[in-house]
This record gives sequence, C-alpha cells and structure tokens, in this order.
Amino acid sequence: MIEALNKKLMRDLWRIKGQMLAIILVMACGISTFIMSFGVIDSLKLSQDVYYDRYQFADVFAQLQRAPQGIKQQVMDIPGVSAVEMRVVFGVTIQVDGMDEPATGKLISLPDGRTPLLNNLYLRRGRMLYPDEDGAILSSEAFADAHGFALGDRISMVINGHRQALKIVGIVLSPEYVYSLGPGALFPDDKRFGTFWMSQRSLEAAVDMDGAFNDISIRMDRGGNQENIKQELDIILKPYGGLISYGRDEQMSNWFVQNEMDQLRVMGYFAPVIFLCVAAFLVNVVMTRQVATQREQIGMLKAVGYTNGEISLHYLKMVLMVVVVGSILGVGTGVWLGAGMTNMYTQFFHFPILQFSFSAEVMIFSVLFCTVSAVIGTLTAIRAAAKLPPAEAMRPESPTHFRRTFLERMGLEKYFSHLFRIVIRHVERRPVRTLFSTVGIGLSMSILIFAFFMEDSINYMLEVQFDMAQREDISLGFVEPRSINALEEIRLLPGVLKVEPVRSVAVFLKFGHYAKRSSIMGLAPEPDLHRILDRDLRAARIPEQGLALSSKLAEVLHVKKGDILTVEVLEDRRPTLKIRVAEIVEEFIGLSAFMNIDQLNQHLNEGAVITGAFVMVDPLWNGPLFQKIKDIPAIASMNILKKAREIFRDIIGENILKMVAMNIIFASLISFGVIYNTARIALSERGRELASLRVLGLTRGEVAYILFGEMTIIILMAIPVGLGIGYLMVLGMAQSMDTELFRIPVIVDKDTYGLSVIIVIVSSVLSFYLVWRQVENIDLVSAQKGVE
Amino acid sequence: MSENNGVNGNITFRTEGLTKDYVTGETVVQALRGVTLEIPKGDMVVLLGPSGSGKSTFLNIIGGLDSPTSGEVYFKKDKLSDYSEQQLTRFRRHNVGFVFQSYNLVPSLTAYENVALVTDIALDPIPPMEALKAVNLENRARHFPSQLSGGEQQRVAIARALAKRPEVLLCDEPTGALDSETGIVVLKALQEVNKNYGTTTIIITHNAAIADMADRVIYFGDGQVVDVKVNKNPVGPEEISW
Repeated sequence: MIEALNKKLMRDLWRIKGQMLAIILVMACGISTFIMSFGVIDSLKLSQDVYYDRYQFADVFAQLQRAPQGIKQQVMDIPGVSAVEMRVVFGVTIQVDGMDEPATGKLISLPDGRTPLLNNLYLRRGRMLYPDEDGAILSSEAFADAHGFALGDRISMVINGHRQALKIVGIVLSPEYVYSLGPGALFPDDKRFGTFWMSQRSLEAAVDMDGAFNDISIRMDRGGNQENIKQELDIILKPYGGLISYGRDEQMSNWFVQNEMDQLRVMGYFAPVIFLCVAAFLVNVVMTRQVATQREQIGMLKAVGYTNGEISLHYLKMVLMVVVVGSILGVGTGVWLGAGMTNMYTQFFHFPILQFSFSAEVMIFSVLFCTVSAVIGTLTAIRAAAKLPPAEAMRPESPTHFRRTFLERMGLEKYFSHLFRIVIRHVERRPVRTLFSTVGIGLSMSILIFAFFMEDSINYMLEVQFDMAQREDISLGFVEPRSINALEEIRLLPGVLKVEPVRSVAVFLKFGHYAKRSSIMGLAPEPDLHRILDRDLRAARIPEQGLALSSKLAEVLHVKKGDILTVEVLEDRRPTLKIRVAEIVEEFIGLSAFMNIDQLNQHLNEGAVITGAFVMVDPLWNGPLFQKIKDIPAIASMNILKKAREIFRDIIGENILKMVAMNIIFASLISFGVIYNTARIALSERGRELASLRVLGLTRGEVAYILFGEMTIIILMAIPVGLGIGYLMVLGMAQSMDTELFRIPVIVDKDTYGLSVIIVIVSSVLSFYLVWRQVENIDLVSAQKGVE
Repeated sequence: MSENNGVNGNITFRTEGLTKDYVTGETVVQALRGVTLEIPKGDMVVLLGPSGSGKSTFLNIIGGLDSPTSGEVYFKKDKLSDYSEQQLTRFRRHNVGFVFQSYNLVPSLTAYENVALVTDIALDPIPPMEALKAVNLENRARHFPSQLSGGEQQRVAIARALAKRPEVLLCDEPTGALDSETGIVVLKALQEVNKNYGTTTIIITHNAAIADMADRVIYFGDGQVVDVKVNKNPVGPEEISW
C-alpha cells in the first residue's frame, strides 16, 4: 500500500514540476550562499590561523625613529612579553625596466644567522639569505609575480640615496603583508608596491642604522595584557621617537582580512535567511494548494484506513524530496561559487595556501536550515489535510465566500469594471498570501537594489575622491621633511603644471577619554589640487585657525566644532598642543585632520617645511617626468592617482560586476519563483471559473487580465515595499562598512531603482508567459463538468 | 460564405454528417457518428438519451466549444465548422448563452455583477437588473454566490445567459443538481425566456418528463440521432410529473 502511495507521490511531484523547480532553485540559492559565505570564511580563517601560528605573527607592533638595540632587555622585562624582534624598516624607490613610473617598496631587515622570532617568512621559491649576505634580497611574491621576476633577476633600488642592483634569491610571503597596501595608496597595487627583506647587517649599513632599529614587534605570553604592554612599550620608546604602539586589531593587513570576514559573515546570514523564508512561503502556497486539490483523495485514503500520520508523512515526503534536490543543487553551486570567490581573494590576500574548503557542519547546518524552513512551510498545509473528516473531504469544497473590498465599500465601486472587481476581491480575500507574495517580490527587488548600490556608491566614492577631492595627478612623499624650496625644484621638473605643498605629521589626538592615532595634513590655504570638501561636497577653505576634522574622526573622538583637542605630536621634539576644531569635513577614506600648513609649521616650531607635494602633470610628459623622479633620492613615494583608479576599476570593478550578475540571477529566481507559483496556483484554483468565462465569450486576453491582474497588483504593491527594504539593506550595509578606514556613502541612483524594477518586471513577464501558455490550453468543455 | 447551402431563414442550427472522435492513447471513442439535424428558430428543444450517447458533445460543437472531426455545422447562414478560434469566441460572446449543471458563477462577483460581466461585453444587452427580474431574483442582486441557494445560483446563471439577448440558449442538465421544486422554478424561467424573447433553447436532460414542455424532442443513442418528435402541445413545467 505504501508502495502505491509513493508512486502517487512521484507522479504528483512530476505534475507540478514547474512549481517545484521554482522552489528548488530558491532553496538552492539559500544553501549555496550559505555554503559559499561560511566556506570562504572557514577557508580564510583556517589559512590565517595556520599562517599566523606557524610563522609567528606578532601581537603588538610599534614604529619609532631610531633606538639602540640595547633597549631590548627593557622591553623583554615588560610583564607578558614572550618574544621581541627589532628590525630596520626602510622605504625605497624601485626602478623596473619597461615601467615609466617608479615603484616604491619597503625594505625590512632579517636577522643574520638565525630565523626571525616573529613575522617569519614563508619561502615560496629559491632560498633564504645567508648570514651577512650582501647584494641579495628576498622579494614578496606578489611584486615578483606582477613583474614576472625570476630568481636571480636583479632589482634596481634607491636606498637612502644610493642606487643598488639587488639580486632576488628567494620569493617569500609574510604574515604581516597578507594584504599589502603601499604608503598613501587606497588599493593594493602589486606592480607599484612591494616588500623586500635584506640581511640586517647590510641594511643597517645602507641606511646608517648600525646597532639601531626603527620597528619593533612583540609576542605576548598567553594571558598577557595587551593594553599594559602597549602602555609600557610607549613609555620606553617615547625618547626614541616612538609612534604609538598597536595590536593586531590595528595592523593594516590583519584588519583588512578580519573586516572582509566580518562582512562575509553578515552576508552569510542575511542572504540565506531571505532565500529560505521565500522558499518556505512558496512551499506553503504550493502544498496548501496540493492538499486542496487532493481533498477527495485524502478523504478516500482516510476512508480506506490510512492514518493521519501516514497522510501527513506522505505530503511531508513530497517536500523533503524537493529539499533533497534543492540541497544537492545548493551544495554543488555553493562549492562552485565558494571556490570562485576564494580564487578571487587570492588576488588580494597573499596566503601560502588559500583553498576553498568547508566543514561538514556548514553543510549540515545549511541543509538543516533549509529542511526546517520547508517543514514549517508545509506544516499548515498538512494540518489541514490531517484535520479533514473523511466524509467531508470527499465532498467538493463549498464556494468560497467573497465580499466587497475595502476600496469598494469606500464608494469607489462605480469606477471598477467587473473584471477588475474579480481581481481586487481575490487580492483582498487572501491577505496573508498577498502580503507574503508582495514581500517576496519586494525582497527580490531589494537584492537588486543592494547589488547595484554597491556599484553606485563605489562610483560615487571614486568620483568624490578623485574628481572632487584628490585632483592631483601624482602625490610625492619625501624621505624626510624638506624646506619649502623643494616645491620650486619640483615645479621645474618636465611637464609639471602645478604644485601644491603638504606637511604631514603623525599625531595622537585626545579628547576626554577618547583617543585616536592619526596624522595632520598641513595644506595651502586654498588648495586647488588636493582639496577638502564640506558636507555638501563643495571645496572648503582650510580654516585659518584650528583643525578641520573628517566627520568620521570627529565621531570617533566625540568632538564637535569648537571643542579643543589635545594633540600629541609623534615626531621630533614631540610637543603636546591644544588645538581647536574649526571645521568638520566630509571624507570617505581614512581618518584625517587638516590644517593650514603655515599654522601647522608654527605649532611645530619649524620653519617653512614640507613632507611632500601634490602635482598636476601634462600627461604627454609622464615618461620623462617619471624618469626624472626615479633619480631623485629624496622622494620616497609616488602615487599616481589615475593608475590607482584604473586598478580599482580593473580588479574591484570586475568582482563587483560578478557580484551584480550573481545577484541579478538570485533576484530573478526569487521573483520568478514567487510570481510563477502564485499565478500557477491562481490558475489551478480558478481554472474552472476561467474556463466558464471563456465559454461565456470572454477572450483569452480578458481571462488573462483576471489572472495576471491579481499578480500585477501584487507586483505594483511590491515596488514600494522592495524599494523600502532595498534602502534599509543599503543603510544596513553602509553601517556595517562604516569603518575607520573607509565609509560607504548611501547613494542610490535613480537608475538603480529603475533597473531593479525593470528586472523584476521582466522576470514577471516571463512567468506570465509560462502561465499564459497554460491559459491557452484551458479546456472549455471541462467547464461543464463537475469540480476537477 | 460563398454558398447559401439552401438554409432557410427559420433554421438556427443545421448539421450535416457530424462526427466527433476522441482519441485517448490507443483507443478511439466515436462520440458522434454522423448527426444530421435542423433546429428551427425559436424552438424549445430537449435532447434526451443515455450517458455517452453524444448529447453533450453535440451541444459543445454547436455552442462553439469544440470542433467536429468531420461534417458541417451551420449557424443560420454561417459555417461554424470553418470558424477560427477567435471567430468562435466572438460567436459565443454575441450569440450563445450557456447554462451549466454546476452553475459556474464567478464566486468573487455578486449576482448582479455576474450578469453585468456578460452585459459588459454584449452588443445589445438587457440591463442586468431586468435580466435578474426575469428570473425573479431582483432582490438578491447584491448577494455573492456563496450566499445563494443552488436554485438561485442557477437562476442567476440563466439571467446571465439571457442578458446578452442570445440567439440561442444552451443548457446542459440545468436542473441536474436541483430538487424537483427548485427545478420547476428554473425550468419556468427557461420557458419564459424562450417565449418572451423568442430565444432558441436547447436543453440536455436525463429527465424524460421534461420533454413534455418542449416543442421538439431529439433522442440520442450511440452517437446518432435515433428519433425526433415534434410536440404540438407543450405543457408548463408545473404540470410536469417528475
């Protein structure tokens, strides 16, 4: 007997295969986004943990001007410190054949004759350095690969004013530079920034740091108090020009990896919940209908002695079959997407090994999550089947009760055609289903808005950053502060059209018990190239007195216009100043403070000094100019903003495009699933009614109007709902991405709303078309027969 | 239509050698095996015959719901069997009123609106209220089907059918789901429509007694017309013995 029931199950499933397929696809989306997100998090976490652990990634970091290595014992004596590594880290410019513009790099010392205790290197190819080896370096893999450097190739660097051709003997990776960002750069650019390691003795000699260091890393004991260690370390390093120390949470590379995982986690919960809720709703609609059409069969089964349990199980099995297929598809797609995404991360994150892997728990949890949501969706339908007394079940359902709708009762009746009345009374009769359909379609629209928003806001951010704020073509950074006269020298370089000075100084800002490490950028009173923007994004004057803070920095420090900040300068004589906040300005990237350059120099008791320059260049002269700059040892860094933008567009843009494409597919599947199922069920519920109308002489078009009219109203209602949810999702996203490094402006183009609505409408039209083909086949003769 | 086919102006339907085969899998069911008939204008016709004798198939074909396998159907001077799907829809829309055994009212529309649904698309309709009056339901106009009894629902269906002033009224077992008392009320309504509006009315029934109220009784058997009787003195429904 059960055999026969199982046969019925398979045949019933086959009969509603279109609807079941729609549900399977939505379920698969839910499972796959879950597996993808958490699989990628697992993979990143695993790579990170293993890497940090095996290669002794440090816990506390600090940079300073110069200290004798003899203070090591003082640092070791801080309670909780288990290992200390002191290094020399020095900025260099690099000349690469075939590349006009210079690249910059960081040269880091490696202890001679022993492996480093902290931040050890992973050797990808070649060998480590011999003790005291001269003229040899290890290169970061990203830089070597970006330029196609092989072992034995020589890299030409300007180190402390001297050009040296250094031989690459090994290609390495470092846990400190999983994500590697050049000084002043906004995005990683492996072609223009690299990290290199050199024998400590050689480097000390090259940069006049014999017996000294300017960079320190510390590993804590288990249970060590990081705050204490940082405080005591700062006290020890203060006389040596120590900048404020920081932990892993502020270490640039680690921060980016961590931040990426946090965002994935948000997406990993968010997306599957949406998909599986929609799937549960669709399961509910389809199964309720299934039980309704099979009323008489259920009555018969009960009459011949099937128990409620057996009948419930029968329908539950039907849904579980769908869950099984959806899970297989979802897990497969999730693994595929996860592998693709992990592969994308290898472009940004340089781990020794980063492979997509996911734990059994992730898979089990996603399938369980899907099963539970589907079962919840089925429960009400099954309850109806179980409750039906057999005698009643075998009679056809009594006609559904309708009444005038709210709008009609309000007296709008006379404006509605009779066909339209059928439509709106149906919409109103099943408020819960109407609500869920509306929300379902709305959600699909909001997913699209969300995807396009990422594109909009990034474009907007780029526009503000590059077209309105940082309008210079290149920015130059000097090795050390120089007289303002250097500006004149730069002005005389080939192709230079305009030059503006900048004086940048590292500071520790304090207000009450809030404190933040930052830098103050001294700018010309009315900068034309590197501008600051007020909240309406108009170019703002640099205040004559006081500081202009970026809004995020003001938020972090809890200060407002007029407050007096304590400014601890972290350079040279390290004065502590009191400066008033004169202006709050808008900035999407970084945590900056701005000041009039002359005033800043006065505060610092220095003459007219600059640390860099913003330059506008005639692009025809790029080649000769860059050639010239490569030969100027005083220039430590050079950022070409146009290149930064291109790189961003190439790498990030491409990935965003993929994400948008994925979201379009997901959203279309949801709206298709909801619309197709709802229309298909309306057709099934009202097939006979529609057939009679055709017999009475209504055209197919008029019948379709009734059927699709209901869906059209739901779609129309879903538009504002979708726009609303979409905007909330955008706000939520902006909030979760509102970090100290960058903010995402909440900018949604009109086009984004328009496009999202259009995509949903297109997928509706497709669903309509599929149902329409069934309307064409309505059997007119069947209208005269009894209930289906 | 190039030929007149000699149809005289008093004939509403004429069929010639009408056959209909239903193919299901490997078996072919011959529902009609050559039906040749004439139905005069304004007649009240009753089709009698056992289940599967072809009555319903015949009604579906002349009503434009189904097409014959072979043979010809003329509605007045027009050859229905050549009509396209669209022409058939137009034919139903303007010329035919249907009444079904299971009423087939739109549950989400009131009695009045169910009638209005048809008058909206008819060329020269009777106002819906007047049509409801014709079946004595004017005081139930604002009720939904779920608030009406079976007999009332069927009378709404008749009002809906007659409201477009159809040339023909086709009724498949109109009293099949009703008790005799209610059945009489429904039949009376049909007879009044036939008399007052001169609508050619064709009724399929299992109830031979109903034949007494017809002008013409056509007996079906095994897909063919077995006999046609013309009734000189039709009686009122209330005189029929059930």
